[in-house]
Amino acid sequence: MTLKGLAPIALLAGLVASASLAEPLGDARAGEAVFRKCKSCHQVGDGASNRVGPHLNGVFGRRAGGLEGFAYSKSMTRAGVDGTIWEVRTLDAFLENPKSLVSGTKMNFRGLKSAEDRSNVIAYLRDFSDNPANIPEASPTATPEVTLSPEVLALVGDPEYGEYLSSDCLTCHQSDGGDAGIPSITNWPEEDFVLAMHAYRQKLRPHPVMQMMAGRLSDEEIAALAAYFKDLE
Amino acid sequence: MTFNRRKFIKTSVVTAAALSAPAVLADGHGKPRVVVIGGGAGGATAARYLAKDSKGALDVTLVEPSRSYYTCFFSNLYIGGFRTIDSLAHSYGTLAAEYGVNVVHDWAVDVDRDAKTVTLAGGSTLSYDKLVLSPGIDFVDGAVEGWDLSTQNAMPHAYKGGSQTELLKAQIEAMPEGGTYAMVAPPNPYRCPPGPYERVSMVAHVLKAKNPTAKILIADPKEKFSKMALFQEGWGDNYAGMIDWIGSDFGGGDVSVDPANMTLTIDGEETPVDVCNVIPAMKAGKIADMAGVTDGNWAPVNAIDMSTKADADVYVLGDASQQGDMPKSGFSANSQAKVCANAIRGALTGSKVFPAKFSNTCWSLIDTDNGVKVGATYEATDEKIAKVDGFISATGEDGATRKATYEESIGWYAGITSDMFG
Repeated sequence: MTLKGLAPIALLAGLVASASLAEPLGDARAGEAVFRKCKSCHQVGDGASNRVGPHLNGVFGRRAGGLEGFAYSKSMTRAGVDGTIWEVRTLDAFLENPKSLVSGTKMNFRGLKSAEDRSNVIAYLRDFSDNPANIPEASPTATPEVTLSPEVLALVGDPEYGEYLSSDCLTCHQSDGGDAGIPSITNWPEEDFVLAMHAYRQKLRPHPVMQMMAGRLSDEEIAALAAYFKDLE
Repeated sequence: MTFNRRKFIKTSVVTAAALSAPAVLADGHGKPRVVVIGGGAGGATAARYLAKDSKGALDVTLVEPSRSYYTCFFSNLYIGGFRTIDSLAHSYGTLAAEYGVNVVHDWAVDVDRDAKTVTLAGGSTLSYDKLVLSPGIDFVDGAVEGWDLSTQNAMPHAYKGGSQTELLKAQIEAMPEGGTYAMVAPPNPYRCPPGPYERVSMVAHVLKAKNPTAKILIADPKEKFSKMALFQEGWGDNYAGMIDWIGSDFGGGDVSVDPANMTLTIDGEETPVDVCNVIPAMKAGKIADMAGVTDGNWAPVNAIDMSTKADADVYVLGDASQQGDMPKSGFSANSQAKVCANAIRGALTGSKVFPAKFSNTCWSLIDTDNGVKVGATYEATDEKIAKVDGFISATGEDGATRKATYEESIGWYAGITSDMFG
């Protein structure tokens, strides 16, 4: 596994680690400028309506896929059913790499790599949500403290071990890539995979089975799985 | 191996490959031979992984009498009208054609552990270096007074997939208006802990639509059962007044049946019934007993690799094994098979052996789009397979969550059957 492949985790970890409970939101005015990248698909503010993407008024505290009348991807709907609520930490993870949080999202956007840009645009969006009033200390704007050490990020996985561990995945996830009822995990980019496993282990992603399965994987084992999936044709 | 393998694997996964030269190579007969008896969730998975991962280095034979395998898991959904019987059938064609498994459709009738041979009903003999038994369950003789295998058509168990399931469904659909479906539930431990109660839910689903004044009576030797709160909530919400569960506190364990007259007697009180689904106490499939690896009703195994306590070259998977905390389920058998295949391949070819990790999830359907689940992860300890972590659906969940859980179970069925049969 390459360090390059793990760079997104470093960014996520860096941001999350620094965003302790009392951390203020970013600069909404700067966020308005960042939001220009989103505007071709999303509207926010007075009279905003659904376009290519759903309107973003009141997005804080809303369940993923929760806006009636918008045709979400199966994956986004499932994320909402599993319990994903849009708040600072979930929006941050989603905006950094949309497919790492919601694998099959239709949002065709590569993500904002700058933690500052994300923090600012989240602050901008926050102004268009009513709840809660007592920002930023309370949920949904509070963020938990999570850390990933550089040693963890530098781990080199054993692909043979990864192959053995992957057999545990294939009891439910279909090896032919079918995604009825349970999402497909074939042909998944390595960095998205590692991010997703850590997100489940940290209970950032909500599904109880996956939290349990990822929860018992060591850092070495996540690296091994990533190394195996990386080389899978 | 002469050293303490269990400790060795635990403490030193990485160096294992370097140190262990092929410890048991077949002496003088070419490739090492593995014989797997039973083509269900344990056996089919073990055969597939052994053949797939050894890339031709092992000679893998799977002995299974049926050409079409009907899964017992999801058979309740067939009873409820949510699946066709054909959708539960699977063939061994891919295992043979794509993975090179030698599939033999025959009954194994004897095991000679000294000669390391298996005798088949057709008369031929198979030699093995390692033997995997995954025979599922048989019923304990005399477990329910008045019932034996000769009466299983009058009072079906429907606890093995296939014709018994079809028979039970036909009997339910032929019940007279306002008639009674009775179930004699089994004592612990048994295959698929939520299975009898999911079945009751599916029977109620059918009767509610076709025969709404019919009654369901359950005589149960247990005080409580798997997912009890979830089922009881679901029965109250969806099938109010239809289901009467009589636990051991009220004599549910004191039962006898009369298949000729179609009566069920619970705690001395005789009741006429129209369908009587008798699920007797269970034990390991017969071949495990014939191989001499059982102790009482089940075959005790080592958690690290599923090898039997009786013989290090004989492994038992799934329902027939006595392993510790895992429930007897298709998911468990599939999980155990992968650990076992990894260990056998290591012993016979010198490939790396990795730590045993097990998991299980059981989904149950209560009514249309109303699924619940329970699951856990497990690890191998010196004493047993021990539970690490688990979860269960909550009572009072919303409809979207229950629907997603049901859809997840459909995805799992596709996943596990493709993991078993390729």
